[in-house]
Amino acid sequence: MSNLLSSIVDNYNYLIYIILMMIGLYAMIAKKNLVKKIVGMNVLQTAIILFYVSIGAKKGATIPIIQHGHGEGAHEMGASVIKAAEYINPLPHVLMLTAIVVAVATLGVALALAIKVYDRYQTLEEDEILAQIREK
Amino acid sequence: MSQHFPALLVTVPLLSALLISIVGWLYKRLCFPIAVAALSVTAYSSVGLLLSVMHEKEILYRLGGWEPPWGIAYRVDHLSALVLVVVSVVGLLNLIATQKSIQEEFPEKTGAFYTLYVLLITGLLGIVVTGDVFNLYVLLEITALTGYGLIAMGEEHAPLASLNYVYMGTIGACFYLLGIGYLYISTGSLNMADIASILPGLYDSRVVLAAFIICMVGVCLKMAFFPLHTWLPNAYTYAPSAVSSLVAPLMTKVMIYVMLRLMLTVFTPVFTFSRVGLSDSMVWLAVIAIAMGAVLALAARDMKRMLTYVIVAEVGYMVGGAWLGNRAGMTGAILHIANDALMTLCVFLAVGNIVYKVKGYAFKDLQGMFRKMPYTMSGLVAGALSMVGVPPTCGFFSKWYLISGGVQAGQYGFVAALIFSSLINVILFFRIIEIGYYEPFGADHGQGSSRVRTAEAPLTMVIPLLIVAGGLVMMGVYTGDIVAHVIAPVVPPALGN
Repeated sequence: MSNLLSSIVDNYNYLIYIILMMIGLYAMIAKKNLVKKIVGMNVLQTAIILFYVSIGAKKGATIPIIQHGHGEGAHEMGASVIKAAEYINPLPHVLMLTAIVVAVATLGVALALAIKVYDRYQTLEEDEILAQIREK
Repeated sequence: MSQHFPALLVTVPLLSALLISIVGWLYKRLCFPIAVAALSVTAYSSVGLLLSVMHEKEILYRLGGWEPPWGIAYRVDHLSALVLVVVSVVGLLNLIATQKSIQEEFPEKTGAFYTLYVLLITGLLGIVVTGDVFNLYVLLEITALTGYGLIAMGEEHAPLASLNYVYMGTIGACFYLLGIGYLYISTGSLNMADIASILPGLYDSRVVLAAFIICMVGVCLKMAFFPLHTWLPNAYTYAPSAVSSLVAPLMTKVMIYVMLRLMLTVFTPVFTFSRVGLSDSMVWLAVIAIAMGAVLALAARDMKRMLTYVIVAEVGYMVGGAWLGNRAGMTGAILHIANDALMTLCVFLAVGNIVYKVKGYAFKDLQGMFRKMPYTMSGLVAGALSMVGVPPTCGFFSKWYLISGGVQAGQYGFVAALIFSSLINVILFFRIIEIGYYEPFGADHGQGSSRVRTAEAPLTMVIPLLIVAGGLVMMGVYTGDIVAHVIAPVVPPALGN
């Protein structure tokens, strides 16, 4: 029992991302409103961004900038001083900058499409749209 | 010049897309020539790459001079060179063939259309050429986003179909991204070759197994592998015909390429076939995909929708062949990427010509079509014969490899599904031929047939179609050379002879 509890506490970041991801997927599957589905899609993307950001973080570590480490002499000095455990891993964070841009672009395209759908059917409820299509 | 081909493949169309969108405001007539020029450069570079890969085995291009695994490297081997040639040639031919129909369908939006078109090709070429798993994700999303835009330009229900595609496509891409995250946690690298060299010590790790499965689910969603295919039929049916004939041959095929790349390069064949233990279930899923694709195609009530379900079945062919885990199956799957791209292009171009003339793609619109548009219909027949698998068209040879792979692996269900699907294709296409040949055109049934004049689509639409139809036969005739020089080096020795 204490094992389970400690593994939950140690890995709470993974738990949160899984819960968020499930909320997003649930909204996309179960909701009938097209905009709610788009919101679910964004929650799903944000969950994955959170996952990536959390894997780069370390307890007690600082931002990956070497103080007074500029110029020629820094490399010789740096090799002896730098301990990787003292700095967070910046790579996942940089990757997520790109992923955020992708998420924004997807959101924009999805909302634009939702506007076009609304223009055609005068509603954003999926079942009403399907009923309209079936009537024709 | 030639050592920069891998970079040119992506930068030339990317910058041209920007140029087209600027020029499109002022001189609409210039958009098309710029797009043709850009895609000609990519076609030239990819053919050049294929030729040099045959001598050098593998080309590594370091973007900005950074050494992998720190920098992003572009890697071209036989498999990616083959798919590059397919993508750029199909993109160029389709661009030329559909110029007239684009002018007619969106006279106001040509600038926007060609920008998206060229960007889509950029994304597809980038996916194929990149050697970095995260870079692949970004290019995957570039491809998908431009694809959503292009599909939404279609007829009445197109925006809704496109929005459904956005939902499914985004879930697929998110799963792929999550899978890479797991892979990054366990290996600390994003470079494909680097990951492959680190992984052998981690084969027993459950994180790596989870990474593999999550990536596969994402890619299967993107390639419309049954039962994750639900977005495809509506999106490809309602898209403008110029877009259908672009995305239908290329999108699913490039996703198959991504799956093969993950199976063979990132997760090595040893891991994929002997550690994961999913081979049998994947082959059985492919069997279901092929059977259901065939049955749903039979139930479809117009030509475009029928062809989209044929695509669903064809995806099953390639996934099944790849997961058979022997040399013949893998050869068949890779050969079928090229063949299926060509024959899908062929039938969709023919449908595009018919839509251009008749403004419809229902079965009844085909009445008397053999008299009215003889060249278009002969192109359609060539594509149909290839889909059925009649020699000497190329469809026969890839199906032959797939079937012999199935027999070698003892997967008789897969063999039966292939034969079943071929028989259904016979029914599907002979129904079209029957309507087109025997049923008279127009209102006056029975007597008016002699009055029907030929009204063929413009030459710029017919000639590319006939080139593709000829290409189907050429691919079939030269299958032996293609397999020996291009595909054989790709199939890993772990898969036996």
